[in-house]
Amino acid sequence: MMKYDDSNNYYPAFFACAIAVSIAMLWPQVALAHIESGEAGGFLSGLSHPVSGLDHIIAMVAVGLWGAQLRMPAIWVLPVAFPMMMAFGGMLGLIGMPLPGVEVGIATSAVVLGALILGEVRLALMFSVPIVAFFAIFHGHAHGTELQEGQNAMLYSLGFVVSTGLLHASGIAIGMLHRWPSGRILIRAAGAAVMLGGLYFLWRALS
Amino acid sequence: MNSRAWSIRLFAVLALVPTVAHAHLVNSGLGPFYDGMLHLLLSPGDLLGLLAAALLAGLRGPRASRLTVLVMPAAWLLFGLIGLNLSASLQLAGLSVLSFVILGALVALDPKRLPEWAVAALAGSFGALHGLLNGSALAAIGAGVVSLLGIVATVFVLALIVASLVVPLQRAWMRIAVRVAGSWVTAVGILMMGWLSQGTA
Repeated sequence: MMKYDDSNNYYPAFFACAIAVSIAMLWPQVALAHIESGEAGGFLSGLSHPVSGLDHIIAMVAVGLWGAQLRMPAIWVLPVAFPMMMAFGGMLGLIGMPLPGVEVGIATSAVVLGALILGEVRLALMFSVPIVAFFAIFHGHAHGTELQEGQNAMLYSLGFVVSTGLLHASGIAIGMLHRWPSGRILIRAAGAAVMLGGLYFLWRALS
Repeated sequence: MNSRAWSIRLFAVLALVPTVAHAHLVNSGLGPFYDGMLHLLLSPGDLLGLLAAALLAGLRGPRASRLTVLVMPAAWLLFGLIGLNLSASLQLAGLSVLSFVILGALVALDPKRLPEWAVAALAGSFGALHGLLNGSALAAIGAGVVSLLGIVATVFVLALIVASLVVPLQRAWMRIAVRVAGSWVTAVGILMMGWLSQGTA
């Protein structure tokens, strides 16, 4: 039995031991076991990322709107091409390939797509797909690579792609108004709004 | 205090220092079979490829679906058993991602001329690769055949459900929705390739 009084030499030993135990308790190492912690965060983070910037939102909704104006098959080919090329742009960013003027490219995408919607320009698929695919690379390069530490890259990517696809779907849904004469005017007005928004972001990117 | 007493105390202190824990396989609390099932359901890479294979089979019709639903789990089981006997855990993340990029792209393209047997062969190849990966991973953590059976049973059920949901789709927009899902799978895979090149994934 230990005695803890000043006259006993066990006291300093106990005190030292207590300090050592305290230090040891504060010394946790990485535990790789257990549940997939942070993975849901990865998905939600990816899901919320495309809707965190208005420049992305307007451009992605514009892709759906323009697709709806162009009708079949562009209505679904454009929203299929965009996520794949956006992912390609993200991959370019991840492997370290620089892309000059990313923010300018994003803003220009809104200007161009808005103008195309405003003018109700009916381009053939062989022209409309490359336009959308070209701008998608800028969007992917800028935002596909922003994974927060500790989150699952696969789920982040999944959330990012799903969110982008849903923005296109929103654009297509709004584009359904194109069936009615007054709806066509509304869509063209939406194109004007997208273009103005793009011009604002372009001005900010260049200033 | 003598040196023996110090040694005992030092040992007691060191025993409290936590070390890195490399264990795994999600614990369902219901035994190894359900742990295996849960493992698959919580592995997005495996799920995306499985989903793409089943979507492709569904788009190509009932015969392709029947073949896929049989061939993919069988390959998964067979190569899983081979993987269980491997001495080291395989690291083929790039190949795994590439497999679902290809399957997703095929869903997006909806190739009408792709024969049914080719769809089943692609799904079987995907099952073989992931069976091998799962088997070697299970062996590395000391899990056994029962967990593998849980994984394979889930593969069978999911493939069956997804393919049977897609086969009856006749309306154009429904088939387009399936193709869009395939393009999303491919897009995720392309991004994953970037992450893998960074060593983040």
